[in-house]
Amino acid sequence: MAIIVQRPKLKWWEQLYLPSLFIGMKVTLGHFIATLTRKSKVTMQYPEEKWDANLPDHYRGAPALVTDEHGRERCVACQLCEFICPPRAITIKPEEIPSDDKWAKVEKRPRAFEIDMIRCIYCGLCEEVCPEQAIYLRKDYAITGTSRAEMVHDKERLYEIGGVRTGLVNKWNELK
Amino acid sequence: MDWHLIIAAAIKIVVFVFFVTLPLVAMSVWAERRVSAAIQDRVGPNRVGPFGLLQAVADGIKFLLKEDFTPAHVRKFYFWLAPALTMVPALLTCAVLPFGSRLFGEKMVIADLDVGPLYVFAIASLTVYGIVLAGWASNSKYPFLGGVRSTSQMISYEICMGLSIVPLVMIYGDLNLGRIVHEQAQNGWALLPLWGEGLSPKGFLLALPIFVSFVIFTTSMFAETNRLPFDLPECETELVAGYHTEYSSMKFALFFLGEYAAMIIGSGLCVTLFLGGWSLPFGWLAPATIDAEVPFWHGLIHLGAFFAKVIVFILFFIVVRWTLPRFRYDQLMRLGWVFFFEIALANVVLTAILLWVLK
Repeated sequence: MAIIVQRPKLKWWEQLYLPSLFIGMKVTLGHFIATLTRKSKVTMQYPEEKWDANLPDHYRGAPALVTDEHGRERCVACQLCEFICPPRAITIKPEEIPSDDKWAKVEKRPRAFEIDMIRCIYCGLCEEVCPEQAIYLRKDYAITGTSRAEMVHDKERLYEIGGVRTGLVNKWNELK
Repeated sequence: MDWHLIIAAAIKIVVFVFFVTLPLVAMSVWAERRVSAAIQDRVGPNRVGPFGLLQAVADGIKFLLKEDFTPAHVRKFYFWLAPALTMVPALLTCAVLPFGSRLFGEKMVIADLDVGPLYVFAIASLTVYGIVLAGWASNSKYPFLGGVRSTSQMISYEICMGLSIVPLVMIYGDLNLGRIVHEQAQNGWALLPLWGEGLSPKGFLLALPIFVSFVIFTTSMFAETNRLPFDLPECETELVAGYHTEYSSMKFALFFLGEYAAMIIGSGLCVTLFLGGWSLPFGWLAPATIDAEVPFWHGLIHLGAFFAKVIVFILFFIVVRWTLPRFRYDQLMRLGWVFFFEIALANVVLTAILLWVLK
């Protein structure tokens, strides 16, 4: 159904266009002065000011590996995260834990664990699928590098970001 | 040959054009960005130097270092000529603007012509050639259409602009900008006749046509410098970037700078004609006669007054740009030809009648 919009009938002084100029300038100058006197402050000066303290608990930043309270790496190289990863950012090379090792009964661990942060889409599926609660999405978001190789997080870097997590079932909580 | 005159003129040209106007152009680009940011509750460029003041320098370096790409399909000679033709006339018009009273016994104007406004209009209308050539030489449809549009706009508004100052010239009976300013210093600015001989019924009556002139002149100035609300030549959705679509690097920057230079010179002309040029209000520190010696510090204050007024006017330009939506093309032409042209003509007649009645 067509709707006919009634155009307002303008008074002669409204048609002069000048009054609306001053009304408009009142608005723009109001904003101008408010910004100058810092009454309206919207922009955050990013590298100096950061929102890190206000990041929510469910924030999904860079994925990282964690060790448990005994210093054992939790990952058992089951490769579920590698298979579920939608952009295929994760590459795991599993290895057998030698029988004389303290954690020999765990049987398997990753020899290499690489996450390509150029590919990662921060979906969190790796964290969700992990049966050992070994991989978590942390609050690191400023992942930068000057080369593609630099953007691939290797095992060492992943443990550095991840740190230690203790407790048995803490998958859905932040750093218990 | 009078070497003294030549050297003095050369110093004035170098100082006024290269050490004042060009930095002012750079600063007005910065001011444009900061003010527009503040109006829109943003911050604007604040990284380079204190308050981002060196942003213009960074931009200049960027423009110089970028690849100066000349497309294969353009007409090279005119393509290269066009940017210069927009920048140079804008700077040439500086010549007749009295930017101060006197310093060291020298008149603070590069060329004290007796046909000041005529010279300004003659030179400023050359800017159209830059835009025509840019649009045509680019040999591509959007620049061409943008160039055509811009040309018709500038030619239309030049008429209004020229007609709008006729009443002023009639009232002062003079075309020398220096003498016009001196007259305003003594007897009240054209727009504010609040002292001297201006403070009389005659002065107030004559302020009416002058106000109409001022509105038409200022609006035409917006159209002449292709600024919002009349920035029809540039239009992303219809014309990409208009006549400078095919330009890159410093050649693009010259168009950009030419626009701002024209804005500054236009502001200067408007201040000179309507707001008393370098003079202070209420005849303070005004020299008694045009040839009177002016103390050194008075001269400095006059210089400062002129540039303060010009800067305020530039800020007005900027705020208007970020306030008003643009005109549609037919509205623009209607405004120019149907309203301003007629009003300016009627204004001339009105002034003539007023001058005859109040003789």
